[in-house]
Amino acid sequence: MARTVLGFEAHETYGANKAKTLRTNKGMSATEGTTIMSAKDFATSQEVRWCPGCGDYSILKQVQAAFAELQLSRDEVVFISGIGCSSRFPYYMETYGMHSIHGRAPAVASGLKIARPELQVWVVTGDGDGLSIGGNHLIHLLRRNFGIKVLLFNNQIYGLTKGQYSPTSEEAKATKSTPMGSIDHPLNPLAFALGVDGSFVARTMDRDPRHLKEMILRCHAHEGTAFLEIYQNCNIFNDGAFQAFTEKESKADAAIFLEHGQPLRFGSNSEKGIRLDCFRPVVVNLEKDGFSAGDLWIHDEKDICKAHLLARFFDDPARREHHYLPRPFGVLYAAERPSYEKMLHEQIAAAIELKGEGQLDELLAGAATWEIR
Amino acid sequence: MSKAVEIQQEVTIKFAGDSGDGMQLTGSLFTDNTALSGSDLATFPDFPAEIRAPQGTLAGVSGFQLHFGSREILTPGDECDVLVAMNAAALKANLQHLAPGSTIILNVDGFDKKNLRLAKYEEGENPLESSLLDGFEVIRMPVTKLTREALAQSELSTRDKDLCKNMFVLGFLYWRYNRKLDSTLDFLKQKFGRRPALLEANITALRAGYHYGDTIEAFTSRYEVKAAPLEKGAYRNIMGNEALVIGLIAAAQKAGLPLFYGSYPITPASDILHGLAAYKHFGVRTFQAEDEIAAICAAIGASYGGNLAVTGTSGPGMALKTEAMGLALMLELPLVICNVQRGGPSTGLPTKTEQSDLLQALYGRNGESPVPAIAASSPADCFWAAFEACRIALQHMTPVILLSDGYIANGAEPWKFPRAAELPSIEVRFRKARDNDEPFLPYERDERFVRPWALPGTKGLAHRIGGLEKEAGTGNVSYDPANHEFMVKARQAKVDKIADYIPEQELSIGPEKGEALFLGWGSTFGLVKSVVKDLLAEGYAVAHAHLRYLRPFPRNLGSLLQQYDKIIIPEINNGQLCQLIRSDFLRDVIPYNKIQGTPITKAELKGFARQVLGDSRPPVPQ
Repeated sequence: MARTVLGFEAHETYGANKAKTLRTNKGMSATEGTTIMSAKDFATSQEVRWCPGCGDYSILKQVQAAFAELQLSRDEVVFISGIGCSSRFPYYMETYGMHSIHGRAPAVASGLKIARPELQVWVVTGDGDGLSIGGNHLIHLLRRNFGIKVLLFNNQIYGLTKGQYSPTSEEAKATKSTPMGSIDHPLNPLAFALGVDGSFVARTMDRDPRHLKEMILRCHAHEGTAFLEIYQNCNIFNDGAFQAFTEKESKADAAIFLEHGQPLRFGSNSEKGIRLDCFRPVVVNLEKDGFSAGDLWIHDEKDICKAHLLARFFDDPARREHHYLPRPFGVLYAAERPSYEKMLHEQIAAAIELKGEGQLDELLAGAATWEIR
Repeated sequence: MSKAVEIQQEVTIKFAGDSGDGMQLTGSLFTDNTALSGSDLATFPDFPAEIRAPQGTLAGVSGFQLHFGSREILTPGDECDVLVAMNAAALKANLQHLAPGSTIILNVDGFDKKNLRLAKYEEGENPLESSLLDGFEVIRMPVTKLTREALAQSELSTRDKDLCKNMFVLGFLYWRYNRKLDSTLDFLKQKFGRRPALLEANITALRAGYHYGDTIEAFTSRYEVKAAPLEKGAYRNIMGNEALVIGLIAAAQKAGLPLFYGSYPITPASDILHGLAAYKHFGVRTFQAEDEIAAICAAIGASYGGNLAVTGTSGPGMALKTEAMGLALMLELPLVICNVQRGGPSTGLPTKTEQSDLLQALYGRNGESPVPAIAASSPADCFWAAFEACRIALQHMTPVILLSDGYIANGAEPWKFPRAAELPSIEVRFRKARDNDEPFLPYERDERFVRPWALPGTKGLAHRIGGLEKEAGTGNVSYDPANHEFMVKARQAKVDKIADYIPEQELSIGPEKGEALFLGWGSTFGLVKSVVKDLLAEGYAVAHAHLRYLRPFPRNLGSLLQQYDKIIIPEINNGQLCQLIRSDFLRDVIPYNKIQGTPITKAELKGFARQVLGDSRPPVPQ
């Protein structure tokens, strides 16, 4: 033991000097609470180290903008992440944060939310972190309905480990680990989230900042677990994966933007729509097929059955033909369900109500005691 | 009819039957009753991993051994003086553990053809009719038949009536040991209060067993074991997992923090989760997670949020938690990880005891990852060990591993419990909110090399932590080579420094210098102490020290070891503490290892000790 302590002391000077010179953490504004928070107030002094051109920049910017719009207090927000490119996110938010271990952010966040229900807890994860190594935790977070917001950056590739296929990669994808093409069937994140009874399920994309910010605001407003899949371009290892949905020339025909109470319409002139033929969604052309807007499917965020159908709009945009179902963006499903932490604390309150606040002396003595005199 | 009462000093009794016969319950109830009579005691429940192993088979035998006496009782006893065997398999499995001349109480209804066949007796062989039981006092009782007769008026089905046969046996034993029925009547009322038919049947069977002893002329003797000369004070009976639960709650209250317990069901640790879940009115937050990893990660989240966070498991779960333990030590957050050890590796022997996770606790993580480890030494000691684990975690901002094992987790003993006011408070300091622009340094260290605990929601302290290497002071991500080395040494020094805040190692018995020191840790306490006590009485110059602190070791341990010619280390593993002592102190040791899923018996260790110590005793003066 003496050996190590000596070793530590030998290096102590180094530590003390470093601590003096490296006080780079940004200080807090002395008057916070009365100041108006701007997006910049949510940025840290840390140099952002994502690759130039990465879709993550846009997401970071919109989260900061949304938080400024909401005038959130930096002290009340906690970002929890796992491992991967997206999981560096907490380092760039001037809030509380924890960069935890691979796949486990939902579990860490769950414990924190039980301990401190009043905090705003956000989980940032990716398609590998959240759906592969951490898929189990995401299942249970969603079904328990913790009051936690999950931002899942889906770039359909492993970026930080330099380009292996991920659970959301398309079939036959050739990567370093699949030189002859992937034989894995891709996972559909929204179908997954609905399948495990997520109470808020939505999709957006990095290249549509307005929509992205709107969805972040919707997540914030939701009481239970809000699950937001964000299509995010990895310009190094999977550039253009979502091109069909993000680029001007194809977006109108490949993507459909959902709005509660509105008919499902898409196309460059909104000339196309989705009609329900019994339980089968059918693409119709309002200009050619003799249908009017009144015949179309009206989006209802509260309808779980229709949400399941929408999640199944998963056609490959590269094979866009007559029957192609456009990829939905927006809130597929939003339902009110009490949060886990709320129910947990209600049970504690009920137990105290029933039995009275626990007395340590009674606990120590137990049910039966005897005296030695 | 009054019958003679014979006074006995100590008795070891074993209840054995099918795993569905309720032997664990019968044993526990008899134990509670014994405790209330003031005897000292130790128990050893031994049951199969299967909930209902095939009925009537040897694999399905469930046993509960109780050793009680009017003198100090340190072990559950090597051999039984009384065996209760509910069927042929129970007799066969336990016959070899009986002392000559001991008593066997048999349920003769459990020895029909089918039972004999399932117990693998030869065709036509019946131990009740052979010479196998010669030399034992055999009490034959048709328990099934008598219970059914006693319950003739009951509306219960025959199957339900048969479930009461353990109460009949218990009632008989209460008669035999001159006991009152009150503690068991209270238990039954609590358990079956809402099901009057079952309540009545159990009480009737219990009383019928008692009266059976009283009325049958064949039984001429009753026995009594007087109260033991225990230290003055208030006592209760307690099992290890129960004590651990209470220790955690007490620590949380003394630290003024809510208790969070994240866990995944696993034998033999699940009772901690069950126990804590029943104490919600103490503000306890229990979380049954989706797996072992989620259980510890949720605890880390709760610790970050300022709770006293605990996770509990057994060996396989520890293996799964290792990465998260590394995270907790990197984050330098308080966390208690309870490992109720069982036989390993892999799934191993889930319901059997072992001390084989010591090296896993100390080394089972990637990188340089020192985590303090402490061990409980007896059922009641689980309370103090849990309390101390929480104190170290909270005051030194570190994960702490608390080692218990299946033997003490399910074993019981009388406990002179403390008053709440007697327990020391655990001072916890959170970093306070602030308004100035001075940067907050989450990895600045105090004189104990401990960093501040800054809770989310505290004004002015927003900061980021994570599993990547931290820069000293700022806690920013750092790949700087010198910084990494500095931080590795700092984390080690922080754990080593704990030695200044724990007591020095004391002897449990024996002289300060001598021929041999028996050095133990964990659940072997009672065994080693009682063996050393006997050896001292025989004139050997031996002593016993039992380690609570396994990392860091008490600061005087090295000098203590030098006072003895031989160091004997008995362990229920293949020699793990031996390795640590050899490598830390360059001192050779003599291992005594038993790896059979059961505790070491007194006879085994004493025999080994005599062999090692030879004739080292000074001649006894004439």
